[in-house]
Amino acid sequence: MTGTITFRRKAVDRAMKWVFYLCAFLVVLPLFLIFFDLVIKGAKELRWSLLIDLPRPVGEPGGGIANGILGTVVITLLTMTWSVPVAIMSGIYLAEYGRGKFASAVRFAVDTLTGVPSIIMGIFAYVLLVVPMKRFSAWAGAAALSMIFIPVVVRTTEDMLRTVPTTVREAALALGITRWKATLRITVRTAWPGILTGILLAMSRIIGETAPLLFTALGNQFWQSHLDQPMAAVPLQVFTYAISPYEDWHDKAWAGALVLITMVLLINIAARVLTREKR
Amino acid sequence: MENVFEIHDLSSWFGENQVLKKIRMDIARYSVTSVMGPSGCGKSTFIRCLNRMHDMTPGFRLSGQILLDGVDIHSEQIDPVYLRRRVGMVFQQPNPFPRMSVFENVAVGLKLNGKAHSRADIAERVERSLVMAALWNEVKDHLDQPGISLSGGQQQRLCIARALAVEPEVLLMDEPCSALDPASTAKIEELIEDLSEKYTIAVVTHNMQQAARISDQVAFFLMGELIEMDKSGKIFTNPSDKRTEQYITGRFG
Amino acid sequence: MAARSGKITKDFVFEKASAFFASVVLFLAVLLFAVLLRESIPALRKFGASFLVTGTWDPVLERFGALPFLFGTLVSSFLALLIAVPLSVGAAIFINEFAPPWLKAPVSLLAELLAAIPSVIYGLWGIFVLVPILRDGLMKPLTKYLGWIPLFKGPVYGPSMLAAGVLLAIMIIPFILSVSREVLATIPQRQKEAVLSLGGTRWEMIRIVIGQHCIPGIFGATVLGLGRALGETMAVTMVIGNRPEIFASLFQQGYSMAAVIANEFAEAGGLQLSSLVLIGLLLMLLTLVVNFAAKGMLSKMVARASRGI
Repeated sequence: MTGTITFRRKAVDRAMKWVFYLCAFLVVLPLFLIFFDLVIKGAKELRWSLLIDLPRPVGEPGGGIANGILGTVVITLLTMTWSVPVAIMSGIYLAEYGRGKFASAVRFAVDTLTGVPSIIMGIFAYVLLVVPMKRFSAWAGAAALSMIFIPVVVRTTEDMLRTVPTTVREAALALGITRWKATLRITVRTAWPGILTGILLAMSRIIGETAPLLFTALGNQFWQSHLDQPMAAVPLQVFTYAISPYEDWHDKAWAGALVLITMVLLINIAARVLTREKR
Repeated sequence: MENVFEIHDLSSWFGENQVLKKIRMDIARYSVTSVMGPSGCGKSTFIRCLNRMHDMTPGFRLSGQILLDGVDIHSEQIDPVYLRRRVGMVFQQPNPFPRMSVFENVAVGLKLNGKAHSRADIAERVERSLVMAALWNEVKDHLDQPGISLSGGQQQRLCIARALAVEPEVLLMDEPCSALDPASTAKIEELIEDLSEKYTIAVVTHNMQQAARISDQVAFFLMGELIEMDKSGKIFTNPSDKRTEQYITGRFG
Repeated sequence: MAARSGKITKDFVFEKASAFFASVVLFLAVLLFAVLLRESIPALRKFGASFLVTGTWDPVLERFGALPFLFGTLVSSFLALLIAVPLSVGAAIFINEFAPPWLKAPVSLLAELLAAIPSVIYGLWGIFVLVPILRDGLMKPLTKYLGWIPLFKGPVYGPSMLAAGVLLAIMIIPFILSVSREVLATIPQRQKEAVLSLGGTRWEMIRIVIGQHCIPGIFGATVLGLGRALGETMAVTMVIGNRPEIFASLFQQGYSMAAVIANEFAEAGGLQLSSLVLIGLLLMLLTLVVNFAAKGMLSKMVARASRGI
């Protein structure tokens, strides 16, 4: 049979193999380049003051992004405080009770929201919160991020609950446990690692979101603990510094980016480790 | 003999499809009743009616009466949750709760059934149930390991212990051995015999030898109808219906 | 069954509570549409359909049209697909067919990490690393020798449609890659073996089997990538040049729908704000149509695969 494979066909075969190798190489190359640059350029400004100091004006050395780190933490927690219960309960509804037109409409809404570009969520929060309150605020930033967070977590919650076999639900009911307890304490518990993974992945995504915060949380040069005031966030600071014309701000942008990617990847990897343990 | 269940003209449907036709049956206290018949005869559907496991199935409906100690289980007086506490169930596939330890699997019914139990009380009941399910000696040293890490036969006995922990009066078993090897099957059969001193047991099986070994009485189902029900000794040696005879002599099914 | 004859049980309360939360999600989606529609009405009234074909964006004269942004969004996204699709499909074939088993997990993990990097970091890297590389390594030489082709016409600034397209390509590769891998995984093993047993080479096997099986799926993956690219904001804003004009050359600056919203929204008011919201509404509708098209294509393919065709 080998005799039928001509030299030319063999050569093409070998060449194409290298083409595929090259594709794979080119796909992972940017990741290495980006990480390389982040570490090299970010390390230049990476010192304690970055994490604990306020930003300083152009030209003054030192200064940090501490208020941005705090802002990111505050806005993220604010988002999750009300988004996690809404999303999980909706996911439970869709997986455990959702039949008929209403459930289809909710599913359609979730699919729709998942695909909406994140900047649109900024417009949404701007019109609904910034305009009536007459100021940019952490509330508005969290509202915009919720619109990204909720649909993702509703979807994973529903999917993960659906992986729980019917036999588990039946066994729970057959023990004389009420349905709502069986759902919360047995079905949700069974699916919990998957749901938690989904929550963490969604969290790592909103931590890095910039566009929805541009005209909601806006950013701030100072400490700000009032939720109805403009609040800083690391991605906003990275953006502001990056597009500025000043050399030393560019260095700060890289350092901020290094901090941001560390936060995002830590949570992202934690989520993945969690899924692996389940299996 | 006193009857636990009295079933009058039970018919049921999945959508348009009638699966049970006017079943009449009495189940005596502390007896083992086997329900046998070829697949699709409605035997599983029947047994799941007895603790209202079909409540959640869309399109399912039934007519007729199922009396538990003289009370219609579909009447206002009976809460299906409470009914299922009195009438426990063991399923075809061993289904311990994933992500729960052996101990938690047995304890969960007690913890979630709304009655307060002390920690010591729960531990005691868990042990008692595992002993009754003939599993205690095998798992007593690793109660913390996941329930699903046990072997198939052990898992099924764990499920029996789980059902026993909430102290039901009746135990329904839906082909409890069909997923198990012969050695595990023998253990479960032995267990059924022991349990019948304290519990009323109804077992669905497609295995005639099993029905003969374990039961006091046997019901033979065919195409949704109860063809014949009698003492186990009688039905396998001298059935009164021709179709039963054909089934036990291996003519169909 | 939870509330027989008006009796309110905890089960009933729990079910209704979960339904209430689900209705919040539904309400938010409806509200999103309503808000965008209401806020864009002034611009719609003023410009009507001409908004789509007007090339002017003049806050002083209050003349607004979406054409340059529509153009920029579409061109940068298609450019991204042109680069990302062949690379992703090639890499997917490598991972599924050629890679030694120990290499599969790390390569797909790396690709997934690419998807986790925040957009603003891509933008940062784009400004300071990618743009200089493209400017000095690709755009300058090409303008010098092929500048007579309109596509490659100078002058070269750096930030450009090309930079946006390349950066977008890097960003959407993980999505197209993972969907392509799923598509390739639906090929029945017996089909591959059939070609090999007839004396085909590995490449011939790939060409034939993929040609027969995977084209609709890969097309679906492509459209999904397009949906991602259209709405991408920060990275594009940072490298496209932000100039509301239309040029034939890929080396010239451009603007995108998301970018103009990002740059001007916070300081806009009146008709300009309304026009920006209208651009947002158009962008959202565009993305939704593309996303649902992709979903339709992919689910059709999955259905076919499960029937074993």
